[in-house]
Amino acid sequence: MVMMMLKGNEATAYAAKVAKVQVIPAYPITPSTLFPEKVSELISNGEMKAEFIPVESEHSALSAAIGAAATGARTMTATASQGLALMHEVLFIASGMRLPIVMAIGNRALSAPVNIWAEQQDTIAQRDSGWLQFYAENNQEALDLSLIAFRVAEDKRVLLPAMMGMDAFVLTHTMEPVDVPDESLVEKYLGPPEQKYPTLNPSQPSTFGAFVFPEHYMEFRYSQFVAMEHSKKVIDEAFEEFKNIFGREYRKVSGFMNEDADILLISMGSMTGTAREAIRKLREKGEKVGLIKLSVFRPFPKEELVEITKNARIVAVVDRNISIGFAGAIFTELVASYNNIEKKPKILNFILGLGGRDIRVEDYIEIYNRAKEAENRGVKEIQWINVDEDAVYEVEGPL
Amino acid sequence: MNYENQEFFAPGHRACAGCAAPIIVKWVLKIAGPNTIIVNATGCLEVFSTPYPHSSWRLPWIHVAFENASAVASGIDAALKAQGKREGTNIIIFGGDGGTSDIGLQSLSGMAERGHDILYVMYDNEAYMNTGIQRSSSTPFGAWTTTSQVGPYNIIGKNEFKKPIAEIMAAHKIPYVATVNPAFLPDMKMKIEKALKIKGPKFIHAISSCTTGWRHDPSKTVEIMRLATETGIFPLWEIENGDFLKMKLTYMPKQRKPVEEYFKPQGRFRHLFQNPEKIKEIQKMVDEWWAKFENKN
Repeated sequence: MVMMMLKGNEATAYAAKVAKVQVIPAYPITPSTLFPEKVSELISNGEMKAEFIPVESEHSALSAAIGAAATGARTMTATASQGLALMHEVLFIASGMRLPIVMAIGNRALSAPVNIWAEQQDTIAQRDSGWLQFYAENNQEALDLSLIAFRVAEDKRVLLPAMMGMDAFVLTHTMEPVDVPDESLVEKYLGPPEQKYPTLNPSQPSTFGAFVFPEHYMEFRYSQFVAMEHSKKVIDEAFEEFKNIFGREYRKVSGFMNEDADILLISMGSMTGTAREAIRKLREKGEKVGLIKLSVFRPFPKEELVEITKNARIVAVVDRNISIGFAGAIFTELVASYNNIEKKPKILNFILGLGGRDIRVEDYIEIYNRAKEAENRGVKEIQWINVDEDAVYEVEGPL
Repeated sequence: MNYENQEFFAPGHRACAGCAAPIIVKWVLKIAGPNTIIVNATGCLEVFSTPYPHSSWRLPWIHVAFENASAVASGIDAALKAQGKREGTNIIIFGGDGGTSDIGLQSLSGMAERGHDILYVMYDNEAYMNTGIQRSSSTPFGAWTTTSQVGPYNIIGKNEFKKPIAEIMAAHKIPYVATVNPAFLPDMKMKIEKALKIKGPKFIHAISSCTTGWRHDPSKTVEIMRLATETGIFPLWEIENGDFLKMKLTYMPKQRKPVEEYFKPQGRFRHLFQNPEKIKEIQKMVDEWWAKFENKN
């Protein structure tokens, strides 16, 4: 183990190194460009042995990743925002072909208007693509969850690709001390990089990506669904084994000062640290508030989330994304998780931090105050925080 | 080693009677042999050869999408290198004209620029035949398609010229680019063999009749393709390392036949005969292309 000062992108590049990733096709895009840069540097220095393919687009990055993974190589790439959107078509093919590719994402807002800063819309928009989704709170988590992503993705009970999201700039470009584990320990955790599933192999020819008619197509889709369900258990095992080897503990859903809380906030990604600070401050004032952090969004950990939130009076879901026409994604899925459960907390949605708008401790205190209001009276189910509503109403008309 | 007696492309596939694509594929595979990985762009070939749970491919084969076959093959190339298994394995891409000249051009260009050791074979049936005969950039001037329909306000059909994809690939200065015609089998075999011996990106442009889209009798496929070259419309040549000045014609018709002999048996050109001026224009363009070679002799 070596402690290094690393930016989030670099931490994921080091994850590729210690995981002995064999093929890395990548295309530059803010804020994930540091990933291919670091990979190129590590390869040129002789510190890392991998084939780097400087492709001509993100669409080709993921397409090349599919070719490499179908040939049985451990494969990783990275992108963000528009790049991920350009990959949309190929995302479904990677998961449909059951290829355990891992992709680091610098979570960034989508155009238009163009904006390069933090928002989780890019990965949330891909939630139906059949990829596992992990989200990091800090750079250590970015490295660790990338390794965990490989472990789960490559498990023969799963064989699905995985993306690991880290917020633009807040993590991708910010240095933090990161423990980079030894390659030998990582090999113990992940196994050797050569993959065991059927591959493009001339001595055992097989056909990948055939034309499938209605009488068979649904079974392929159901297989993916079942594998994703199975991944829930595999993720827990992977977290457990990670703790045993590396000493750091992960959970799909983890609580902070939540045991006796009347009001719970739910958070995902880098803003969780800010939320934690707000919770501490509120607790000092005697407020019974707690925080729930989500590290996995696909598969959606509905059982754990219901279990951990069911005794709260109010759950305030904080989404750094918005499905225009309905609500934030975590909110929507938490509400759906309570389907068929009679006793449920009041669930509210707060949208904040889009396009990199700074998320402050005060914002969380504001969210808490608004959630508390809901104890006594009806409040709007979906509220946008720290947004100039008047300026919008002047153009669009009032809501 | 010679694999001419072996079939790596199994019969029983669902190509239309008279389709030229299987002829091209079959011969490429016979020359490449068993140590070969195939990447297929979306198109007729992919659809008719892999109706699940059947497959005509006796070699490892992958289809991912329409526009990215060259990127997929690049990934295979890199993976084999990383695994120390690159030596002795051919990577061959098959793409139609849409998957090559239109939607796949970017990834093809990227693959060529990065210098991957891959052979790209384009089977050019000159329209989007898989979706039902829509014009592509490779559809020739004057051809009817379902999106270049002929009527009182469009007597020509496709008004634009065919994209010179093989020349575009040669301009990438890749080691080998050639045009082939399955009706000229020895020439086609020679070029495939040559291409596979060269390291780096190789591009072969094969004309490939589609009886359904070209509107001709299925028994006339080879005959009509032969006319494409004998009229000079589809010349057979090679360019190595992007040296256009050393472009080598591998078939020199003794006496080029008039272009209408190629057009006449094909329904897609039928309307041109009501406007003989247009045929003359096309003949003039063909003559101009050949002038530089014929004057030399």
